Amino acid sequence: MAKTIQEINEKIKSGRAVVFTAEEIIEVAKSKGVKKAAAEVDVVTTGTFAPMCSSGAYFNVGHTKPRIKLGGGRVTLNDVPVYTGLAAVDLFLGVTALPDDDPRNRIHPGKFLYGGGHVIEDLVAGKDVKLFASAYGTDCYPRRKLETWIRLEDMNQTVLFNMRNAYQNYGVAVNLSDRIIYTYMGVLQPTMRNATYCSAGQLSPLLNDPLYVTIGMGSRIFLGGGVGYVVGSGTQHNPGVPRNDRGVPRAGAGTLAVTGDLKQMSARWLRGASFTGYGSTLAIGIGIPIPVLNEEILRYTTVTDAEIVAPIIDYSDSYPKGIPGNLGEVSYAQLKSGSITVKGKKVPTAGLSSYTRAREVASILKGWIQGGEFLLTEPVTTLPSADSGITFKPLTERPINNSSASR
Amino acid sequence: MAKKRLVLNFPPHLIDQPITYQLITKYQLKVNILRARITPKEWGRLVIEVSGTKKNLDAALQFVAEVGVDAKPLAQDVLWHEDRCIECTACTSICPTGALSVSRPDMRVSFRHEKCIACELCVPVCAYGAVEITF
Repeated sequence: MAKTIQEINEKIKSGRAVVFTAEEIIEVAKSKGVKKAAAEVDVVTTGTFAPMCSSGAYFNVGHTKPRIKLGGGRVTLNDVPVYTGLAAVDLFLGVTALPDDDPRNRIHPGKFLYGGGHVIEDLVAGKDVKLFASAYGTDCYPRRKLETWIRLEDMNQTVLFNMRNAYQNYGVAVNLSDRIIYTYMGVLQPTMRNATYCSAGQLSPLLNDPLYVTIGMGSRIFLGGGVGYVVGSGTQHNPGVPRNDRGVPRAGAGTLAVTGDLKQMSARWLRGASFTGYGSTLAIGIGIPIPVLNEEILRYTTVTDAEIVAPIIDYSDSYPKGIPGNLGEVSYAQLKSGSITVKGKKVPTAGLSSYTRAREVASILKGWIQGGEFLLTEPVTTLPSADSGITFKPLTERPINNSSASR
Repeated sequence: MAKKRLVLNFPPHLIDQPITYQLITKYQLKVNILRARITPKEWGRLVIEVSGTKKNLDAALQFVAEVGVDAKPLAQDVLWHEDRCIECTACTSICPTGALSVSRPDMRVSFRHEKCIACELCVPVCAYGAVEITF
């Protein structure tokens, strides 16, 4: 029996919607059968909480008296530089931005204790941050200097805008070399003494809607503890990768661009992160509701960790050099067991994506829907899927050689 | 038998005193050195696990205090900030003693002070500053 989003929303409004998390639905479908479960269940909620580097926020800080043109000038928030190539008082802060005086990797490995992600966490926590600005001064914007404390509530628009989040699956990182390496997949011990992975697996949003049947532009979601929306497919969206017979990608595939108002988010779900020897970033909580419109959609949501596999990648050589291929595949069930076997060697595993927090996101979203306060949206358009022909191209370099052709 | 994990902080003037030797010979303690840092003219630090009879252990602690060594239980110097931990489990594969561990299948992370040897391996691994070593 097929349902519509409108019918599901009527049930949500009347407090009668039947909602399970993507973890719970596995057992529900097993005991009731897919057909009955699809008829009875209205929504399945997913969740993930992990570092997501292609994230940031834009702000309108309001005009000073006299006015200052921050656009084209130089602005820092808690010493972290923000992008000012916009109108007079609009700013964009990226989560991997670092203060100019951060030692980075000059003393190896750098700690990257504070960056753009931490500024966002502090702002969302209601803390004051220091805004320093210098500008060049114009007739209509004469002021050249500004130094002030500022809080999120002081600003006009405060919008989290992430161009690539919620990666659908990801690689497993190991280090085949004989020295320790510091990566965005964590500290990797020599000769494969550990392996790290980063996905919520069976709870992960896009792994529960592998062919993007329900999640699309305009989908209302849980973002950073508040309500946000899917903008569209994210950067590096790569739907054409190999998939299993249930459509689940066997490697990193789809991504989402998402947005939402920072003022209703919380620091519990937006956490600055410092990756030793790599950089700073932001860990973000995202949860996406999947409307159970038919049996096929329900079947997708019953995916288990045992059915999702990820490729094992050597981050000491093949990743940095961009050499394709992998050291085999493992399932998330194996990864979560605590060890995997790679090239005949038992390797302890550790996650970077928090499964307990993913579960919490999915259950908070479930509560919002059951409470009648969160309605589902019909996507304006769907994301490019496996048949779209979209590929993820590397950069082909073309030497410049003082040629003036492109100007 | 009593067992304790201690951090001993040595003032610079004691650097040439064989204090560990006294713990072993005079107080019959079994001493397992977990970490040591000795630099001339600076405060030295010794992280040890000691076991022996309760009486000997108490007497030994009194002895080190009298000679001017500051002895503190190890547990006080390793802080696990549960509120900062996101339970990603990154630290659990690197912790050599299982002090930081994950329960499966619910994937909850916990810290057991008594197993920690303050090796500090988890410190660079945690992206959220959840482990802090204060000595």
